[in-house]
Amino acid sequence: MSGRTDLGMPAFPKAAKASTKDERLRANLRHATHTIRDKRARAVGELDDWALLREAGKRIKDHTLCHLDAYLLQLEERVTAAGGTVHWAGDAAEANRIVADLVKATGEREVVKVKSMTTQEIGLNAALEAEGITAYETDLAELIVQLGDDLPSHILVPAIHRNRAEIRDIFTEQMARWGRPAPVGLTDRPADLAEAARLHLREKFLRAKVAVSGANFMIAETGTLVVVESEGNGRMCLTLPETLISVVGIEKVLPAWQDLEVFLQLLPRSSTAERMNPYTTTWTGTTDGDGPREFHLVLLDNGRSHTLADQVGRQVLRCIRCSACLNVCPVYERAGGHAYGSAYPGPIGAVLTPQLRGTQSEVDASLPFASSLCGACYEVCPVAIDIPEVLVHLREQVAAQPGHRAEHAAMKAATWLFDHPAALAAVERAASATRALHPRTLPVGPAKAWTDSRDLPKLPAEPFRTWWKKHHGDQHGDHHEEPAR
Amino acid sequence: MRVALFTTCVNDAVFPSAAIATVRLLERLGVTVDFPEQQSCCGQPQYNTGYRKLTEPLVLRMARVFEDYEFVVTPSGSCAAMVRDNYPRIGAKAEAEGHGRELAEAAAALTPRVLELTEFLTDVLGVTDVGAHFPHRVTYHPSCHGLRMLGLGERPLALLRAVKGLELVELPGAEECCGFGGTFAVKNPDVSTAMGEDKLRSALSTGAEVLCGADNSCLLHLGAMLSRHNRRRADTPMHIVHLAEILASTETDPWSHA
Repeated sequence: MSGRTDLGMPAFPKAAKASTKDERLRANLRHATHTIRDKRARAVGELDDWALLREAGKRIKDHTLCHLDAYLLQLEERVTAAGGTVHWAGDAAEANRIVADLVKATGEREVVKVKSMTTQEIGLNAALEAEGITAYETDLAELIVQLGDDLPSHILVPAIHRNRAEIRDIFTEQMARWGRPAPVGLTDRPADLAEAARLHLREKFLRAKVAVSGANFMIAETGTLVVVESEGNGRMCLTLPETLISVVGIEKVLPAWQDLEVFLQLLPRSSTAERMNPYTTTWTGTTDGDGPREFHLVLLDNGRSHTLADQVGRQVLRCIRCSACLNVCPVYERAGGHAYGSAYPGPIGAVLTPQLRGTQSEVDASLPFASSLCGACYEVCPVAIDIPEVLVHLREQVAAQPGHRAEHAAMKAATWLFDHPAALAAVERAASATRALHPRTLPVGPAKAWTDSRDLPKLPAEPFRTWWKKHHGDQHGDHHEEPAR
Repeated sequence: MRVALFTTCVNDAVFPSAAIATVRLLERLGVTVDFPEQQSCCGQPQYNTGYRKLTEPLVLRMARVFEDYEFVVTPSGSCAAMVRDNYPRIGAKAEAEGHGRELAEAAAALTPRVLELTEFLTDVLGVTDVGAHFPHRVTYHPSCHGLRMLGLGERPLALLRAVKGLELVELPGAEECCGFGGTFAVKNPDVSTAMGEDKLRSALSTGAEVLCGADNSCLLHLGAMLSRHNRRRADTPMHIVHLAEILASTETDPWSHA
């Protein structure tokens, strides 16, 4: 069933090592990320005010985060006034407990789910399962992941690591265990796969009395929640059941309805490369005779206040989960989403997860280093999160933890050498003088990690400094004698 | 005009030919070049690995060594980006920690004067045709720091297009990272290698004789992979050459493979 979690994941480099050797995974990911990447570039290129939109998105989010307490209280007041109930959850366990109790109070034993990153973050499905409640994922890709007893590997396209033939096999083998079986003789044509999913899910939509969702935005001014999606399956869950429970991170609040003008342009173009997404569902509390009769909003902290307190790291809370950064990331493309060991893969996961969970576990401590700092993520981020800046900031935290003594000593020695140019010059001359003796490979330590796939560089006959002395001598440049220290 | 050359530690110790080429090129264009010998490293390895405090003495050293120069020119996009993007951050963080007034002031004074070679040629000297001659088929890898942090844009390509005899061929996926990333290359060797292999494959697919870049740390990575590749196959005609060496090459003093 859906009981898989990310606990006890190996460090990123170890998980990524396996992915880089998986030729089919590499091909699936390369094809998918490059396709979305190119489409996004075209969709964004159509707007001449994209830079202004991006700046507006950044500023609205920063303003909201600066006054988060006030906007959350306003939101609570408006949701309550509109007939909803607001719950505050400090961490994942508390949120899961609240949701399980709400479901049990209805007397139901199953819920349908709208695709939601937040409920993955808190491991809601496994928590409900432990309480005897079955959660059915209704987003097509989440369904593929759930049926395959798998973990999502992408924010927008959770089954990006699967190709059509694999999906056909999963449907054929697993659908019957969860409900309506796949049609006999199912092919891997996209239309046939979609039809199989449609038939399977329709049964769930019509039966379900309780739905669980997240939300893309919450409007403080009106108490409105907003879900943006492509399939319409989300709208089925948001409108058909009698009870709706939405679990939303506290950073998803926006001050005013008008702010959607900016985000409903930024999000679809960045995420699916569409000018406009097919379904945007908004709801405000409950409405007699229309939609769910009961609405609960669970506001989740789970590390967000801690993140907000960090002056450099807090920019990550601007994230609108578009996944543009994943689609341009060369590391994600080779390592795949599972290596990141959380619901949030890719560059945004590498800066979000260590802030939400801390950097104590092996995988969380390795995430800030899972980047070459190439900056492609920052370039495409619709709310201008400087991911490389945050990565380096988090590396500093990790480097200060135990277990970095040797690395610290090496870095300290390097700084000493670079701060004593006469010694540096002597080392350089000695290295060049002995270059004939240098091997091209080395058997141990970081050098081994380099030379397993790469030669050590051949050193020159003499360093630049020596050449300069020979050719320019004392004519200029060395009048900056080191002051006495 | 008199400028200071910031060689960078990698060029000084491993690729002096790029630094020598930069000196020859600038002197040919009438610029007087100084090499303040008290310079060393910008601190990028320490900073990017999470040892910000260990970069502080190097920031102060850089500011002190280059304080008298209107322009500090460096043939390395990533070192220029380290100074321009990260020195102000190092200063600001130190100031927030209560010990960094001197550091912040030093960083602020130095930062705007440090220019990557193609910026200096294009924006200060205003030249595109530097009088170079390089009769080879060349493809250009625009390293991430030059491309995205400095925003070098068309500058390197315009300089290459003006070189006599040079045939410039487009590198597919040029904007993608080569996988070096400093200590990333040893902390995540498998992903780094996979990225490097894709970059090399792309470069080899162009049929270019020369893969050119403006950042020797990336070229070190690609060269190390190409060297391993060549030792296994021994038939690859591609050379890896810094942009400065191409721009320094003339008919009377042509580039030659070391």
